[in-house]
Amino acid sequence: MKKVPYRHPISKILGITVLFFLLFSASIYAQEDAASEQPAAEAGSDTAAESDGDPVAGKALFNQNCAACHALNRKMTGPALANVESRLQEEEGLDRDWLYGWIKNSPGTIASGDAYANKIYNEYNQAAMTAFPTLSNADIDNILAYTAAPPPAPVAAATSATGGAQTGGGDASGISNEIILGALAVVFALLVMMLFLVNKTLRRIAEANGVVYEKELAEKRTPIWKAFAQNQFLVLVTVIFLLLGSAYFAYGWMMQVGVDQGYEPIQPIHYSHRIHAGDNKIECKYCHSSARVSKHSGIPSLNVCMNCHKSIYQVADETLQEGKQEYGVDYNNEIKKLYTAVGWDVENQRYTGESKPVEWVRIHNLPDFAYFNHSQHVSVAGIQCQQCHGPVEEMEVMYQYSPLTMGWCINCHRETNIKIEGNEYYEKIHAELSKKYGVDQLTAAQMGGLECGKCHY
Amino acid sequence: MVFGGLLLLVSCYDDVREPNIQYMPNMYEPVGYEAYGEVDFLPDHQEALVPPSNTIPRGWMPYRYENTLEGKEQARVQKSPLDSLNIEDDLATGGQLYTIYCAICHGDKGDGQGTLVKREKILGVPKYDDPARNITIGTTYHTIHYGLNSMGSYASQMNTKEMWQVSAYVMQLKQDLTK
Repeated sequence: MKKVPYRHPISKILGITVLFFLLFSASIYAQEDAASEQPAAEAGSDTAAESDGDPVAGKALFNQNCAACHALNRKMTGPALANVESRLQEEEGLDRDWLYGWIKNSPGTIASGDAYANKIYNEYNQAAMTAFPTLSNADIDNILAYTAAPPPAPVAAATSATGGAQTGGGDASGISNEIILGALAVVFALLVMMLFLVNKTLRRIAEANGVVYEKELAEKRTPIWKAFAQNQFLVLVTVIFLLLGSAYFAYGWMMQVGVDQGYEPIQPIHYSHRIHAGDNKIECKYCHSSARVSKHSGIPSLNVCMNCHKSIYQVADETLQEGKQEYGVDYNNEIKKLYTAVGWDVENQRYTGESKPVEWVRIHNLPDFAYFNHSQHVSVAGIQCQQCHGPVEEMEVMYQYSPLTMGWCINCHRETNIKIEGNEYYEKIHAELSKKYGVDQLTAAQMGGLECGKCHY
Repeated sequence: MVFGGLLLLVSCYDDVREPNIQYMPNMYEPVGYEAYGEVDFLPDHQEALVPPSNTIPRGWMPYRYENTLEGKEQARVQKSPLDSLNIEDDLATGGQLYTIYCAICHGDKGDGQGTLVKREKILGVPKYDDPARNITIGTTYHTIHYGLNSMGSYASQMNTKEMWQVSAYVMQLKQDLTK
């Protein structure tokens, strides 16, 4: 589980001090208790099933050979395989020899007219199971031992225990912040009260001692605003200052009209770029494949999501906890939204044909009078996506990183050298233009990247 | 007044959920139908549609084998249409595309150890030199075009030539693995 770096170290120190003073140590001890429970729970999960195969070796073999189409406890392309051997034995009267034959040569078993083989083959849309002649009987024993092993429930319990501890920690820091603020407010109020009291007491003492205030004297003077109004120079200077000041702010306000930097709309499906592009290191262009070849970077159609999410129907437990605690999102629910939109029936592993479009909110909007082409920048110039879109692989919620103003475009065109390696198209013009400007490397601007008609037409 | 102006500024910057105001929206908003836009008269009100039946999208060629086991066996012997004189360039392009689309599961070397497999998100990705599968360039293209079991079709992300380039690169990886 990822720990969020504490953003205010000073307030953290203050908070801890306050915590100790106020004897809130109970929550700290609670964390330690939860942590100490974890190893005990993990030790409990080590009781392996008794079988003549090695479930650990079997897991490796299973993950490598079987897991593309089979899971232990749910249907995928093929049936669920938990306790497959005992189930076959009880329900169909088939022994391990039948399984050896089936796994090593399933098409052969079907062709031989075996009743159960044909039944299961037709039940799963006649998806043929790959023959595994390379697996030895011992390998298959190991795999069967793995499928017969009980599900590792205690580990899940341990995860939830640590999750609870983390929640406790988060609450404690939330409380400490509020306590600090409250304490500061009380101290401030006390100071103000003391000031009033001292002032009052001093006045009383002064009156008692017969000291006369300068109140009467003060009233004879001209009030300060009148003096100010009479001094024309001062009035002029102030007016000029006020005008300049308001002009400055008015200019600043007008310059941000139409600029959507930081725009972060709520999307119909909470898609985390942090998990996909960051943690799992999926290439940007895997999903945004048309960025290579077209004007648009392309919102992936849902079949691209299903390339992976056909197999990944839920996120790992840690990811789920992290999402709930840090972002308030149930990732598994978001995957279900995808299944509803694309019309995927998880139970039967097939498409229902009832799909509905996902109304993604477009974040990067260029005005209609400006032309921009992704493929020119991605394929020809070889610019990294992050240069304009920012650290997308760290964004939980996607937002507009760059201002996308004309000045921003032009700055980059002035600073960036064009990429000529392996590009015959530029060879000749680059040779001539670089001679004309007397430089080795042409920038995009010198190549004509500032001409109005390139983007506005 | 200055303070009021500041407040106004802050209040305008603050809302990240809504787009900012624009000077002349009718110069910003497109008149034509935008890609992925909402269009009233089209099915599902969306501009993005699959090509109509019996048409060929630009860059794609019709594929003669069916998405069945027999089709796959027939596809086994088909030849790559790529120019063998230009194979260096094709392999380079195929390699780049392989890194984008395939390596995340199949691994950079084609040994079935991509990032998603190492992180145990997707399991059971075979090696290319698996003797039981005995892949050829024809079956590779067939699988990229239609998908197989848990693997989806990649025909929406790459055009026909690119899929052949990737197939050629996969065969090279298989050769390197069997070495």
